[in-house]
Amino acid sequence: MSNLTLYLLLWPALAGLLILFIKGQNAKRAAFGAAIIEFILVLLAMMQYEPNANVQFPFFHTWIENFGINFSIGMDGISLLLVFLTAFLVPLIILSSFPHSYKNPNVFYALILFMQTGLIGVFTSFDAFLFYFFWEVALIPIYFIAGVWGGERRIPITFKFFLYTIIGSLFMLVGFVYLYFQTPGTHTSDINAFYQLSLNTTDQSWIFWFLFIAFAIKMPVFPFHTWQPDTYTESPTQATMLLSGIMLKMGIYGVIRWLLPVVPQGVSQWDTLVIILAIIGIVYGAIIAIRQHDLKRLVAFSSISHVGLIAAGIFTLTEHGMQGGIIQMLSHGINVVGLFFIIDIIYRRTHTREIANLGGITQTTPALSIFFLILLLGTVALPLTNGFVGEFLLLSGVYQYNNWMGAVAGLTIILGAVYMLRMFQGVMFGEQNEVTATFRDLTGTEKAVLIPLVIMVFWIGLHPNTFLSLTEPTVGHLLGIINR
Amino acid sequence: MNSIILLTSFGILNLFVGFRKSNKLVLPAVFLFLLIVLVVNFYDWNNTTTYFERMLTIDNFAVAFTGVVVLTTILVIPFAKRYVDEQNESLAEFFSILLFSLVGAVMMVAYENLLMLFVGIEILSISMYVLAGSDKKNLRSNEAGLKYFLMGSFATGILLFGIVLIYGATGTFYITEISSAATAGSGDALTSPLLAMGLLFTLIGISFKVSAAPFHFWTPDVYEGTPTLFTAFMSTVVKTAGFAGFYKLMSVSFAGAYDIWYPTLVAMTVITLGIGNIGAVAQNSFKRMMAYSSISHAGYLMIALLSFNDRSENAIFFYALAYSIATIAAFGILKLVSDQRDDISYNAFNGLGQTNPLLAAVMTISMCSLAGIPLTGGFFGKLFIFSAALEQNLLWLIIVAILMSMVGIYYYFRVVIAMYMREPNGERVAVSSSASFALIFMAILTIVMGVLPGLMSNLL
Repeated sequence: MSNLTLYLLLWPALAGLLILFIKGQNAKRAAFGAAIIEFILVLLAMMQYEPNANVQFPFFHTWIENFGINFSIGMDGISLLLVFLTAFLVPLIILSSFPHSYKNPNVFYALILFMQTGLIGVFTSFDAFLFYFFWEVALIPIYFIAGVWGGERRIPITFKFFLYTIIGSLFMLVGFVYLYFQTPGTHTSDINAFYQLSLNTTDQSWIFWFLFIAFAIKMPVFPFHTWQPDTYTESPTQATMLLSGIMLKMGIYGVIRWLLPVVPQGVSQWDTLVIILAIIGIVYGAIIAIRQHDLKRLVAFSSISHVGLIAAGIFTLTEHGMQGGIIQMLSHGINVVGLFFIIDIIYRRTHTREIANLGGITQTTPALSIFFLILLLGTVALPLTNGFVGEFLLLSGVYQYNNWMGAVAGLTIILGAVYMLRMFQGVMFGEQNEVTATFRDLTGTEKAVLIPLVIMVFWIGLHPNTFLSLTEPTVGHLLGIINR
Repeated sequence: MNSIILLTSFGILNLFVGFRKSNKLVLPAVFLFLLIVLVVNFYDWNNTTTYFERMLTIDNFAVAFTGVVVLTTILVIPFAKRYVDEQNESLAEFFSILLFSLVGAVMMVAYENLLMLFVGIEILSISMYVLAGSDKKNLRSNEAGLKYFLMGSFATGILLFGIVLIYGATGTFYITEISSAATAGSGDALTSPLLAMGLLFTLIGISFKVSAAPFHFWTPDVYEGTPTLFTAFMSTVVKTAGFAGFYKLMSVSFAGAYDIWYPTLVAMTVITLGIGNIGAVAQNSFKRMMAYSSISHAGYLMIALLSFNDRSENAIFFYALAYSIATIAAFGILKLVSDQRDDISYNAFNGLGQTNPLLAAVMTISMCSLAGIPLTGGFFGKLFIFSAALEQNLLWLIIVAILMSMVGIYYYFRVVIAMYMREPNGERVAVSSSASFALIFMAILTIVMGVLPGLMSNLL
C-alpha cells in the first residue's frame, strides 16, 4: 500500500469514467459506493500515517523529461487532513443528492468524482506544474456541474466564476514559471527547490501578488469575492457544497504550501495589508449576511466572513494561527456543507428560501431542529463544538500579531451569532404558515447525511488533538522554512 | 525527399482516379496516399540528407513538421464526405491540389536556400487561392478566392523583393551563408541598408502568409468565405509550414542580425496577440472567431520565434501540432453542424451536448486545448513556448500573452456554453462513422499530449 496516494488520486477518476456508462439513476448509487471506497482508503492512510514532518506515501515518476517536471505526489499532515476532508465530504455530498433526480445523472456524478481527483491532486502535489495542472482539473468539472444543472441565471454567473478563477490561476502560472527559471541547473519545479530559492526582495514582492491573487480569488478574500455569493446561490446544492466545503480550501492550502514558504520576504512585506483585507472581509461578510433574506445567500456571505478569519490567522505566521487555520478548514467544511444541506431540505419541502416566508418549522420537526441547531452552534463557535477550537486558535494568533486587529477580528463571533441566530429564529421558530404547516421531518437518507457531520462537529470540538496532532509537525516544519 | 516525390506522383495519380467519375474512390485513395507519405516520411528520421546542391535538407526538423502537415491533412479528409454525397465533379481535383500544396509545405520546412522557400510558399499559396474560391456558385467563396489571390500575390512580390535585397547585401541565397555574412564582425553586410530593407520585406511577406498583424486583414474574410474544409486546411497546414519556415529563417540566417529585426518582431507579436484575441471577442460567427483565433495563435508562435533557443524548435513543433489537431476538430465539427443547420454562428451549436454528445465533447476538448487549459495539448504548447521565452528574459511579453489568453478563454468557452447550457435548436446532426472516428482520434491525441507531454517534448 505504499502507493496509497496514487490509488487515492486515480480511483475517483477511474470510477467516474465507469459511471459515465451507467444509465439512469443507478449512477448515483455507484458513485456513492465509489466515494465510500475512497473514504476507506483514506482511513487506511490515516491509520498508517506516522505523525512527523515527512512526506509519506510518496509516488514519483518523471513527467516531462529534461524539464525537471515530475509527477511527484505524497502526503504530509496538512495534505492528509485535507484529503480526509475531501474523502469524508464527497460521499455525503453524493448522498445528499439522492432525493434529487438530476437529468443525465451519469454525467453529473462522474463530474463530481472527476472533481474529487482534481482536489486530491491539488492537496497531494509536490511539484508546481502538477499542482497547477490539478488546480485546473478541479475547476472544469465544477464549472460544468454549476453551469448545466444550476438555476435560471446560471449561464452568466457561472461563466463569471469560471473566468474569474481561471484568470487568477493564470497569474499563478506566471509566478510558477518565473520561479521555475530561478531554480539552479537545468531547472526543476519541485517544491523543495522552490523552498530553497533565495530571491531578492523585489522579485518576492511581485511574485507574492501573482500567487496570492489566484489563492485569494479561490478563497475568496475581500475584494476578490464578488463571484462567490451569486455562484453559491445559482449552483445546484451539491455544487455549492463542493465549492464551499472543499474547493475554497484549495486557496487556503495554496497559501500555506505554495505562498508562505516560497516567498517569505514577499509575505513579510504584504502580510499587514492581507490581514487588513481579511479582517475587512470578516466584518463586511458578516454585516451583509445579517441583511440577507435568502438563506443560501446568507450562508454564502457568512462563508466570506469565516474564510476571512482563516486567512487572517494564517498570515500571522504564528503556530496558533496556522494550526487554527488548518483545523478551521476542516470545521468550516463540515459546518457549511451541513448548513447548505439543511437549506436544501427546507427548499425541497417549501420551494422557498426566503426567511420571511418560513417559520414554525420546529413544531413538526424535532430531528431537523436538533441537527440544524448543532451545526449552527458549531458555526458560531460555541465551546465544545468544532468551530470553537479553530476560531479560538485563530483569534489568539491574530491577537499575538496585533491586539487591535485581534479585537476587530473577534467581532466575527458576535456578528456570527447575530446572523445565525436570526436565521434560526426566522426559519424555525414563530408561527406556522401555510407553507410550513405540513413540513415533514427528516427521512432516513437525510439523517444518514447529517449524523456523520454532527459526529464530526463534536469530535473536533471535544478532542481536537486527533487532528491537531496530525498537522503539528508539518506546521512546525513549514514555519521553520518561513522564518529561516 | 521521398515525401516530395510521393506527394507529387500521388497527386497526379489521384487525377486519374478522378477520371473514372467515381467519387467514392477518391477519399479512400487520398487517405491511403497520405498514410503512405506519413510512414515513408519517418524513414528519414535521424538520417539527414541534402538534395539539389544543398538547396533542400531533410533533417529531423523537416521530418517532424512534414509529419504534422501530413497528419493534419489526413484528418481533414473524413469531413469531405458531403462532397461525395453531392456528386461534386471536382472532388479529385480538389484533393490533387491539396496533395500538390503539401509539396510546397514540405519545401517550406526543408529549405536551405531562400529560392526554395519562395517556391515552396508559392506552390502552397497558389493552391490555396484556387481552393479558397472552389465553391464556384457561392459569392462569398468567390470573394474569398479573389481577395486572397490579390493580396497574397502582392505579399509574395514583397517577399521576393526582400529575398533579392538580402542577396544584394550578402551575395548568397543559402541561409547558412547568409548567417555568416550577416553576423557582427564578419564584413559590412550587417550594417548595409540593403540587408535591413530585405529583412523587413521578407518579414512582411512571411507575416502575411501566417496572418500576423498588421498583415492579417485578409484572414477573417477569406476564412469565412472559403469552404470550411479548406479553411481547416488553410489555418493549420499553411500556418505550421509558414512558422517552421519563418523560424528556420530567423534562427539560422538572422540570429546574428538580432538587433535589426527584434524590435519589429516584438511589436508585431504584441499587436498580433491583441488584434487576434480582442477581435475574436466581438464575433458572432464561429467561423470568423476561429479566423481571429488563428491570428492570435500566430502571435503565440511568434513568441517562440523571438526566443530562439534550444527549447524553441520543440516548442513550435508541439504548439503547432496541438493547435492543428484542435483546429481541425473545431472546423470539422463546424462543417458537420453548419451543413445541416445552415448556420455558422455560435447559435448553430445550441444544445449540441444533448443532440450529439460526441461532437460536443470533442469540441469542448478542442476549445480547452486552444484556450490552453490543462489536460489538453494546448496547455503544454503554451507552457513550452512561455518557458522558451522566459529563458530569454521576455517576462513582460509572457505577461501580455497570458493576459491575452485570458481573453481567449472567454470566446472559446462561448461555444461550450452554447453546446451544454442552451436548448437545442435542431435535430441531431448526422455524423459519418469515419468522421466520428477521426474526431475521437483527435480528442485522444489532444488529451495524450496534455497528460503525457514528455512523449513529444524532446524530439527536436
